[in-house]
Amino acid sequence: MIKKFFKTFFLLELLQGLRVTWRAMLTPKVTIQYPEEKTPLSPRFRALHALRRYPNGEERCIGCKLCEAVCPALAITIDVHERDDGTRRTTRYDIDLVKCIFCGFCEEACPVDAIVETDIHEYHGEKRGDLHYTKEMLLAIGDKYEPIIAKNRAMDHKYR
Amino acid sequence: MIELELDGKSVSAEPGSTILEVAIKEGKYIPHFCYHKKLSIAANCRMCLVEVEKSNKPLPACATPISEGMKVHTCSKTALEAQHGVMEFLLINHPLDCPICDQGGECQLQDLAVGYGRSASRFTEEKRAVTNKDLGSLVATEMTRCIHCSRCVRFTDEIAGMQELGMSYRNNHVEVMPFIGKTVDSEISGNIIDLCPVGALTSKPFRNSARPWELSRRKSIAAHDGLGTHIIAQTDKYHKVVRVLPLENEAINECWISDRDRFSYEGLYSQERVTEPMIKQDGKWINVDWETALAYVAKSLNMAKAENGADQIGVLASSSSTTEELYLLQKLMRGIEVYNLDYRLTQTDFNLDTKQSGANFLGAGLAEFTANKSILVIGSVLREEQPLLAYKIRQAVKKGTELNVINVLNEDLLCPVTNQVLADPREIASILAQIVKATQTNNSEIDLSDIEVSEVAKSIAESLKKHNGHIVLGEMAKSLPNYSELVVLTQELAKNIQGKFGILAGRANEVGAALVGFLPYVDAFNQKTPQMGMNAKQMLEKPRKAYVLFNTELEHDSYDSKLALNALKEADSVIVMSAYKNSEMEQYADVILPITPYTETAGSFVNMEGKWQKFNGVTRPLGNARPGWKVLRVLANQLNLVQFGYTTIEDVRLEMSALSNPEGLLNNSLNSGLKLKLAKPKLDGLVRLGIQGIYSLDSIVRRSPSLQQTSFAQLPTLSLNPVLANKLGVKDKSTVNIEQDGKSGRFTVSIYNTIPETVVLLAANQSTCGFAGRFASITISA
Repeated sequence: MIKKFFKTFFLLELLQGLRVTWRAMLTPKVTIQYPEEKTPLSPRFRALHALRRYPNGEERCIGCKLCEAVCPALAITIDVHERDDGTRRTTRYDIDLVKCIFCGFCEEACPVDAIVETDIHEYHGEKRGDLHYTKEMLLAIGDKYEPIIAKNRAMDHKYR
Repeated sequence: MIELELDGKSVSAEPGSTILEVAIKEGKYIPHFCYHKKLSIAANCRMCLVEVEKSNKPLPACATPISEGMKVHTCSKTALEAQHGVMEFLLINHPLDCPICDQGGECQLQDLAVGYGRSASRFTEEKRAVTNKDLGSLVATEMTRCIHCSRCVRFTDEIAGMQELGMSYRNNHVEVMPFIGKTVDSEISGNIIDLCPVGALTSKPFRNSARPWELSRRKSIAAHDGLGTHIIAQTDKYHKVVRVLPLENEAINECWISDRDRFSYEGLYSQERVTEPMIKQDGKWINVDWETALAYVAKSLNMAKAENGADQIGVLASSSSTTEELYLLQKLMRGIEVYNLDYRLTQTDFNLDTKQSGANFLGAGLAEFTANKSILVIGSVLREEQPLLAYKIRQAVKKGTELNVINVLNEDLLCPVTNQVLADPREIASILAQIVKATQTNNSEIDLSDIEVSEVAKSIAESLKKHNGHIVLGEMAKSLPNYSELVVLTQELAKNIQGKFGILAGRANEVGAALVGFLPYVDAFNQKTPQMGMNAKQMLEKPRKAYVLFNTELEHDSYDSKLALNALKEADSVIVMSAYKNSEMEQYADVILPITPYTETAGSFVNMEGKWQKFNGVTRPLGNARPGWKVLRVLANQLNLVQFGYTTIEDVRLEMSALSNPEGLLNNSLNSGLKLKLAKPKLDGLVRLGIQGIYSLDSIVRRSPSLQQTSFAQLPTLSLNPVLANKLGVKDKSTVNIEQDGKSGRFTVSIYNTIPETVVLLAANQSTCGFAGRFASITISA
């Protein structure tokens, strides 16, 4: 009873709250000057997809269609055929990034680490069709960013 | 009945059944790989180990017979430990290649590994690898994946009838392989693909083309023999049939299908599919729309009728067409007073046409037929004509049926044959007459005084008489020039032995075609036809001015390819409704209407026992092709025929409801006999044996590349008996000149002693297109 009166009379709860305010007022401010400045990204960051190749240039994708099957947004479309060497390869590998929800399931499902999500999030399309990525586009992304992709996979390796 | 306890529940079961069978009946799942209900028990995968009280170690459920008071635990700690242990051993050498394996997604090992496997392997040693085996053009192998359940080995031995696969080596080195240098050549070999619980044996045509989970499963009925096999056609996202699987139906195909039904789908997407209506103008083919094409056809029919009379129009259809199509075609044609209708394209003897009292069929249900203790098969290359029925007969023989055969070719039926007579096609009637005489016939119409009864004829007669046997006539018998004599004698024999007789329907809808009256002498459902028409032979021998061909390439399907081509080329107008075109057709046809094959249309077939089986299209028509029944319906409207206002296939079926209970319409017996006088024929000169091989049966099968590479399809076109070859001075693999009725050609000879000395086996296939009669005389010169 006395305790409650004391608390109310001296506005202790209010001061407790204000303490957070004061502290925030006195700490130095951080403003990221995007796009000149950028925050660091986790190696697990999930953005634009890429199709990877083996170091000898052979595409990794074996057309098993697990990513197509697991995709909850039905954003992936794959057609396969049998290549002359008797292996199954994709003739079409499309990801509709407008449909994609960047859940990363495709990456999880892939048995050969062919489809990956890179940390490239600065891309755009001017028309809706621009965000319909085909096999050639995805392979090109993979070829271009392979060092970064490989580095991120290596960093995350022990948690996977 | 034996009482036992299964997982604490007391159940009773037949004595002699195994724990696994009881468990399946009780709805309890015990994991297993090598057990299959249709195969013998091998107990070599050990996956079905269960705990049985008072037994000091787990027992394989598939091979342990039940006993009174047995207490079985299928998922106790011991049982599960044993099953987990077995799974770990199975996975030791199994590659982890599910993503590139065609079985992935429908693999029993994959499914059970989820439940019984470990999350990671403890096996650090090197896995073994096994070289792949060449099993032919239908089955692809990846033998490293094999878990040695031996299902395929047992299948070839027990079901297909010839051991073509075996297990070699021992222990860790064990391999399933065919005989060295041999492939798996059985006509039902494709079933080992379904049997294989892993991806060791997969379908070669299907290989790497799709994943099982993205395919739709649609029920249908197979269209390449008269059995009425139930199938599942699987279509991909582009509505293309990419695989055909069996649909289990214990009464008909059990759980098997023939390779012809399984792999024929490849022919559906042949380059020669017609996808647009086409009209020939000034010798050039142009694509037109349906209205133009149908108006053109209606005009041609009207013109042909007005100029030359309706009897100058001949209508020939294949009995692989659906019942609805054949019903509408005959209704349409009879509507415009054309009565020259026939589906019996390979038949040459029509003497019994007016004497039939119903549609011909097997003579009994399939179950009754195979349960008969004595069967006589006359004139049939059974395994090629009826791949699955041959299997059913083999199973019957295992159960004690006596199989008697009168044949031309010494075909290996892969089972013990009680009596076999091999003869020249001209002699078959006289041999049958011997059997009839041996049964002490007294029919004043059949004069058998000149017939001498041989020992084997007596033996066949005895076998048939003892068991009230069943006599069937095969495709070859049906195309013999004295078929009517055979039928009369068969009926007489069946009467004498108090048995049954019938025909083996070689095509999917032979019985259906007869039931819906696609015949010159009878209207639909045994009604009297207003006017008799010409039969298939007359239509070609007395060439008509106009022809309508439905679902047939007559130059391949007719008994006399040469005659057919001549008649068609001479005709003023040839209207073709077909799913396929070929270079010959482009010459003789004036208009081609693209109808769809059985996968793209709703329809029905009546199988050889008279069972009406309906199916829906499994996929949409290719291009601008349309289901035959719709084309006929619109054509009938164009011709201003009434009573063609069908909107759905059900409307058509409503008129054919008699088929759902066809017992009264099916009848093999004849109203009146023929006067016969039989004697042993003199065999002058050589006669051709024009067998239509298993993979040249119809337009679809002929265009299936994988089937065409099988050893059956690669059988030589021309074969001779060694004695005849010696007489002619012809060596094996030499090229000889064959002449038949003005048409000649050069073929490479193969020499087999399975052929009689007086015949020349010149198969009726693509390379002999243009040759005359299939059982006509032939000359051969080096």
